[in-house]
Amino acid sequence: MHPALSVIVFTTASGAGYGLLALIGLFNALGLIPAASWFGFWSLGLALILIAGGLLTSTAHLGHPERAWRAVSQVRTSWLSREGVAALLTFLPFGAFGIAWVFFAKTEGVWALPGLIAAFGSAVTVFTTAMIYRSLKPIHQWHNKHTVPVYLALSLATGAVLLNALTLIWGHPQKAVGAAALIALLLGYWVKRRYWHFIDMTKSASTPESATGLGARGKVRLFEAPHQADNYLMREMGFQVARKHAAKLRNIAVQTLFVGPLILTVLALVLPGPAAAFAAALAAASATLGVGVERWLFFAQAKHSVTLYYGATEV
Amino acid sequence: MTAYTQGTKRLGLVIDLDTCVGCHACAVNCKEWNTGGHSAPLPDRDPYGADPAGVWFNRIHTFEAGEGPTSRTVHFPKSCLHCAEPLCVTVCPTGASYKRTEDGIVLVNADTCIGCKLCSWACPYGAREFDDDDGVMKKCTLCVDKIYNETLPEAERVPACVSTCPASARHFGDLGDPDSAVSQLVAERGGYELMPEMGYAPTNRYLPPRAAKTAKTCASLEPKIDPNALHPVLRWVDKFLSR
Repeated sequence: MHPALSVIVFTTASGAGYGLLALIGLFNALGLIPAASWFGFWSLGLALILIAGGLLTSTAHLGHPERAWRAVSQVRTSWLSREGVAALLTFLPFGAFGIAWVFFAKTEGVWALPGLIAAFGSAVTVFTTAMIYRSLKPIHQWHNKHTVPVYLALSLATGAVLLNALTLIWGHPQKAVGAAALIALLLGYWVKRRYWHFIDMTKSASTPESATGLGARGKVRLFEAPHQADNYLMREMGFQVARKHAAKLRNIAVQTLFVGPLILTVLALVLPGPAAAFAAALAAASATLGVGVERWLFFAQAKHSVTLYYGATEV
Repeated sequence: MTAYTQGTKRLGLVIDLDTCVGCHACAVNCKEWNTGGHSAPLPDRDPYGADPAGVWFNRIHTFEAGEGPTSRTVHFPKSCLHCAEPLCVTVCPTGASYKRTEDGIVLVNADTCIGCKLCSWACPYGAREFDDDDGVMKKCTLCVDKIYNETLPEAERVPACVSTCPASARHFGDLGDPDSAVSQLVAERGGYELMPEMGYAPTNRYLPPRAAKTAKTCASLEPKIDPNALHPVLRWVDKFLSR
């Protein structure tokens, strides 16, 4: 599948934003992060930029962005519609939580509740995003039980390293946040490894033989494509560039998304003051780059069954 | 709406892979009719240049199946299969992609399509192509603007691809009715659906190529010589040369 930049930016940025929002809501309810208004402003502000910026970017790949409002109308059947509704609804508790915190310095007791509801909404929104891919039968590398855990775990991991960096940069070291980042990164690594193992070891049941129904005669091969030039289907579904470098890119993703941030987060836990903040900020920067590479691969290594009609021997 | 109900009438195509000669006339006439029809226009970019691109509802692939004397080169036209379980319809977030209850035809409402392309991802067969000029998705309409058109003579009320096929390899009718001519043809010839494992229950059917004449049959056509019926001189020549 063609890795459209807008979709990669959207899913990784909003994923990190929702992970950050969810953890802020949870840690605030537990009283483990600073209650100061400025901390609320900067941390929730970053979550807002990531979420709203991501959502706006996602409209960039639409043929008619001005009609985007129509996309919330089909919640009965469409995971894309459900994602839109979940994203919009989550803004309500998010807004209430942020306004109460930043403008009225209320974060405790009943005022922690909108934060928890926003955390729940964040999880639901990331789940619906993952289900858009999970539900697509023609793409074996998406239509499997590993897709949803990967989206949820990576949202949590990227959000956790951001929150860890924020608390340390503002001089409020909190071991629980650092520990949460470590656990989320390890969880992310584990589910992504399982995902990669799955796509390496299995392939779709569909073949050139089942696609044409000519298997009774033996192996089926494309003799002539319909046209000499590439068409929309080949450009959108038959993306090849990154597959060539898949092993290298996967290694880069592992190093920048998991190994680097894990080491840096451990350093942030043991180093003093500014050095810890620097390590945590580096961890966040590395994970941001890494999740971009990971998402690029998620698209580039996804093989659509239509390519069986264009010379692919398996998907 | 994006949710759909299944009607009893299921209009579709039956494509005979035995007689299709791969002339692309169906694709050309499809383009011709539909660039002025329900989903008009069908864009063409750089049509006479080095890298032409455009929307086609029907494309003709050619495959080789098998090895040796029993192998076969098969021309393989492919357009929307108007599935009974179209994921392209249910994934649509706006309801622009829909399946008609009255005849099962799957269509796109170009006025409400936001061009998210998700439906094209959801189609295992590659039936949908994006129109970069209009920013909306386009697909085979089964010539919905032709098959019900009462200003046309009744014989012409079939999809453009069917009316133009010089080999009569394309048939149109109600595949939901077991007594229809197309259903009878499918039953008689062992018509099948593409990628049944995907579970989309496509309406269109393909008729397999008939068994080819075997190499043995061809060898038997070689002239046989009965040496005893020959002139003695020729019999000697035959004997000499046959050594």
